[in-house]
Amino acid sequence: MTTAHPNTQSIVDAVAIATENLASTNLDDYGMLNILTSTNHLIGLVQNLKDNHGFIYLTDLCGSHYPERIGAEFEVVYHLHNLVENHRVRIRVHLPENNLSIPTLVNLYSGANWMERETFDFYGIQFEGHPNLKRILNMDEMDYHPLRKQYALEDETRDDKNNTFFGR
Amino acid sequence: MVKIGEAPEGIEGQGFFATSLDKAIGLARANSLWPLPFATSCCGIEFMATMGANYDLARFGSERLAFTPRQTDLLMVMGTIAKKMGPVLKQVYDQMAEPKWVLSVGACACSGGIFDTYSVLQGIDRIIPVDVYVPGCPPRPEQIIEGLMKIQELAKNESLRRRNSDEYKKMLESYNIETAE
Amino acid sequence: MSEITFNKQGQMVSRDTIDGDIATLNLGPTHPATHGIFQNVLKVDGERIIEAEQTVGYIHRAFEKLAERRPYNQITPITDRLNYCSSPINNIGWHLTVEKLAGIEVPKKVDYMRVIIMELARIADHLVCNSVIGVDTGALTGFTYVFQEREKIYELFEEVCGARLTTNISRVGGFERDFSPVFRAKLDKFLQDFTRNFDEFDKLLTRNRIFMDRVIGAGPISAERALAYSFAGPNLRAAGVDYDVRVMNPYCSYEDFDFIVPIGKDGDTYDRYMVRQEEIRQSVSIIKQALAKMPSGKHHADVPDFYLPPKEEVYRSMESLIYHFKIVMGETAIPKGEVYFSVEGGNGELGYYLVSDGGRTPYRLHFRRPCFIYYQAYPEMIKDSVLSDAILTMSSMNVIAGELDA
Repeated sequence: MTTAHPNTQSIVDAVAIATENLASTNLDDYGMLNILTSTNHLIGLVQNLKDNHGFIYLTDLCGSHYPERIGAEFEVVYHLHNLVENHRVRIRVHLPENNLSIPTLVNLYSGANWMERETFDFYGIQFEGHPNLKRILNMDEMDYHPLRKQYALEDETRDDKNNTFFGR
Repeated sequence: MVKIGEAPEGIEGQGFFATSLDKAIGLARANSLWPLPFATSCCGIEFMATMGANYDLARFGSERLAFTPRQTDLLMVMGTIAKKMGPVLKQVYDQMAEPKWVLSVGACACSGGIFDTYSVLQGIDRIIPVDVYVPGCPPRPEQIIEGLMKIQELAKNESLRRRNSDEYKKMLESYNIETAE
Repeated sequence: MSEITFNKQGQMVSRDTIDGDIATLNLGPTHPATHGIFQNVLKVDGERIIEAEQTVGYIHRAFEKLAERRPYNQITPITDRLNYCSSPINNIGWHLTVEKLAGIEVPKKVDYMRVIIMELARIADHLVCNSVIGVDTGALTGFTYVFQEREKIYELFEEVCGARLTTNISRVGGFERDFSPVFRAKLDKFLQDFTRNFDEFDKLLTRNRIFMDRVIGAGPISAERALAYSFAGPNLRAAGVDYDVRVMNPYCSYEDFDFIVPIGKDGDTYDRYMVRQEEIRQSVSIIKQALAKMPSGKHHADVPDFYLPPKEEVYRSMESLIYHFKIVMGETAIPKGEVYFSVEGGNGELGYYLVSDGGRTPYRLHFRRPCFIYYQAYPEMIKDSVLSDAILTMSSMNVIAGELDA
């Protein structure tokens, strides 16, 4: 589980070529290769990994919010999987709060459609080129993006539950 | 000889039995409640187990389940109702004909359950009037049956004029449910 | 005069529209055929479906936000409610994720116990799905037979953890107690009788001419499209791709067991049904192997930071009291880190992406829910088929609303 995959070095080299050496890679303690890249290299990198290195399966796509990291508050995390060699990688893109836009992966992986809608619904990240970027799980009338850290979990207008008893 | 139910008080004779109208109707309604299983989540699976052969809800007269509100009397709301689902539930309740009863099964339907979040309606009694609450997460089939039996008690003892009374109409207005006038 | 042609399932459809207009049909949130609440607005021409627009989120309960508020032990009841037909798999998957983050190694006996519980849950999930496919074709009898078997599985879960459906089973580091002799006796009886009862259900449907005519060719999907849509589990295996997380990334000592991963060919409803039937048989075989080879040992790992000490020691020793307090109040020191772990759930790869910042609750927990991901392929699967096949396709995909919306 904590040993890295034998193909790791070839993927690191491929990443360096595809992103003009601007991406950073890091092998974490759990054996997973983490790649940090930017929005302009994302599509090129994922296309390269998909076409030349066999990463044809998009396992997961989600967002995250780190409000203390000024200038890179949001991030989108992609997990790709090469089913033949059994190699997983994690790609990460940081986004600043004032420019939450990132190209969509729908043209490469059809399954990214709803995953990107969910990320938009929860964090407000705009995926450029997405065919139908609307809210998916929450109500359409909702005017804020609930999973951001500044918003509370509960519906503050409820009156039958007293927050003090729930340790909030 | 098998006793199927308790006969109400009345005058018996050869070939006839006379009793008061509301007792007879109460008996008929209580033993033939047709439910609408509004199953949304885990409580719905426990309901499926209740309908199965082991616990068998059909012996209480609830043989004919239907998903159409026009032909059912008992709305069994089982599972979490999110705020997005609220208007749908209200519409289904409005479409049912009187007399109708509502059974709220499970902690999520009664009060929001463990989901004290921005997207979950904290109890269906915020939008529709509820007759019987069945707690549990999920409740065992025996508890769901007990809830149904309490609805049967209500149906048996209900006065025939209750649905037209002012008190009932005021209660419906407090939920913003329009009554046909 | 409308021209009669045949669609890809071999069914007769007329090419011209009946009146020249297309009807909109609402397969709404409350519908007997949608097992769970999600909406499909279909555009139909006669009975042929042209396109479908989906609305989900009617049971969105904000699990991911809820998990940021709860300490690690309290997240297990939430994971129950993801795929509630097989909740032990979700629970154990979560515990394995925390164990991966914290670097906890559990004894082999715990692995085997977990395998038995997970395979029982998988049997329960597949039984529901297959009997519901039967119900949607009109064969209600199979449903009543199958739910008797499910009751027996419920009794087994009750012996171990006290609950039937939403089990909250297992703990970080092991099980709360060893399997009791009553559980062993019930499990032996279950394994003895199950195959015979399951064969009865099988005989009703599998080679039944009417059933086969109904489901063969309904809602097919090719392997390339299934991979593009990130399908997983029995739906992907029915399309012909042998991807099973238990084999690809073995966890919980699955590499010790000998089992077949069944795959289909066309990815239609019959293939999905057959894959699940065979997986039930394989699960029974895995449980028998696990029982036969069960090692001796403790039913939990030696991790006092995560696993509750025995109650007698809490009353006598200071360290045990402190550990007990910290675990119950959620004040355990969880290491910082970021980990992705997946298990083979009833519907496929159920993944947990956990980011911990050292605090008492996760910083970010994202569930990779297979139902959510493969349900988006539904309009493509039912395009050009008739309405009754669309209903069958939906029930054969085993869409569980809790996992869809989370």
